[in-house]
Amino acid sequence: MRTLTVARAVGWRMLHNNFTTPSLLIPGLAFPLFFFIAFAGGLSRVNDVPGFDFPAGYTAFQFVFVLLQSAAFAGVFTGFGIVRDFETGFARRLMLAAPNRVGILLGYALGAIGRWALTAFILTVVALLAGMEVGGSGVDIFALYALAVLVNFVGLLWSAGVAMRLRTLQAAPLMQLPIFLALFFAPVFVPVELLADWLETIARLNPVTLLLEAGRSLIAGAPERVGIAFTAVFALIAGFFLWAVRGLRKAEAAGG
Amino acid sequence: MTAQILHLARRSVIRTLRQPANWITPLVFPLALMAVNTGGLDAATNLPGFPSDSYLAFFLAFPFVQGALFATVNAGVDLARDIQTGFINRLALTPMQSGALLVGHLGGVIAMGFLQAVWYLAVGLAIGVRLESGILGGVVIFVLAVLIVLAFGTFGALAALRSGSTEAVHSLFPVFFVFLFISSMNLPRNLIETEWFRVAASLNPVSYLIEAIRSLVIEGWNAQALALGFGISLALAVVGLTLSALSLRSRMART
Repeated sequence: MRTLTVARAVGWRMLHNNFTTPSLLIPGLAFPLFFFIAFAGGLSRVNDVPGFDFPAGYTAFQFVFVLLQSAAFAGVFTGFGIVRDFETGFARRLMLAAPNRVGILLGYALGAIGRWALTAFILTVVALLAGMEVGGSGVDIFALYALAVLVNFVGLLWSAGVAMRLRTLQAAPLMQLPIFLALFFAPVFVPVELLADWLETIARLNPVTLLLEAGRSLIAGAPERVGIAFTAVFALIAGFFLWAVRGLRKAEAAGG
Repeated sequence: MTAQILHLARRSVIRTLRQPANWITPLVFPLALMAVNTGGLDAATNLPGFPSDSYLAFFLAFPFVQGALFATVNAGVDLARDIQTGFINRLALTPMQSGALLVGHLGGVIAMGFLQAVWYLAVGLAIGVRLESGILGGVVIFVLAVLIVLAFGTFGALAALRSGSTEAVHSLFPVFFVFLFISSMNLPRNLIETEWFRVAASLNPVSYLIEAIRSLVIEGWNAQALALGFGISLALAVVGLTLSALSLRSRMART
């Protein structure tokens, strides 16, 4: 109960900060939309590349990438908020006040999901207005958004682990860059078999490829390797949860 | 005046070199993005009408323009910091001519732009790109790349002089980024299927800067592409320089 109370309070604070501070809110909304417009609009002709046979069309193909990307980065940007709390001394007071400090982590996770939810809603509306075809059933689409929520959690746990260990905004590139690389060394523009050989080799080893392929199969209405994708994302969550909790313990040991 | 310009240009270059993030990012990030896009969109060369059989050669123009963007924002931030810290006010107490500040600052930006252009072209050639326009084409690419850096640099300086705020200059980055992505950077304009995007890319001056450099790499000598590229970058430079000079006059008011 105490954990949930702490989580709710921290989550509410993160959401309040995000939705009342334009400099935090606008980039989180604008960048995914911009990527979607640039990729789905500018590259739609890629649909005609021999060997590209995604049934729901290029807009849906790109939508899944941008949806997962926005989820991961909403988690990462929440990590910036955690760092700010440490830099301003708020985290020290928070740790003194919270009877269960894992609740703090869960609260940040609630904040990350909340900030992404608005982005996902706007992105979905824009994609549908742009004529995106959805072949998947309600269950498929629910699974797609569930996958994205879990990716959001992965992004948050990774960045929280970094934030709580380093406790400075100078660590921002360390939070962003691995996520950025993992996302872009995956089949972003075309299916994995159409990538250049060197990128295909990396992409096939990259778990993000599995998530993208599962997400795309869900929106197309032909689910494929969805169970493996969920297993992979749960494994990532388990690993990064340990990473984040150990980071929390290090922050506690350092006195916030 | 020449001595003043040289002093300020030297200061601008040294300050950039002392902040590794300011020169490592422009050298590495555009090439990383080039690697990702080239690996991901290599299959686009199979589209009927694609102008090259190498996506790498097609995309090589991109780092020149993105690098110019980085150099511009970094230099604009440095100028804004000079304003925030009062350095410009102290300069205003000296006999230095205000024009020397702008030219010296832009000299530093141009020097960085030139180094970046050398790096991008060297990497491109090392990984197998051959210039259809030959060695002379390489020289023209350097000149155009420097002109683009100058053109963008004047707008970075303008933002710094108008706002006097590093945050405001940083906020220019996404704006430039939009111009970069809503352009013909990924596909030639005639192969962009979505009509509004093709129109936006055709109205976007950045498309013509990219296409001018690209023409030297994959086509040889295309007079129209070069005229548009040089003309637009020159026009941007003149407009940016004029507006910056006017802003500088009020910023350096010695009253």
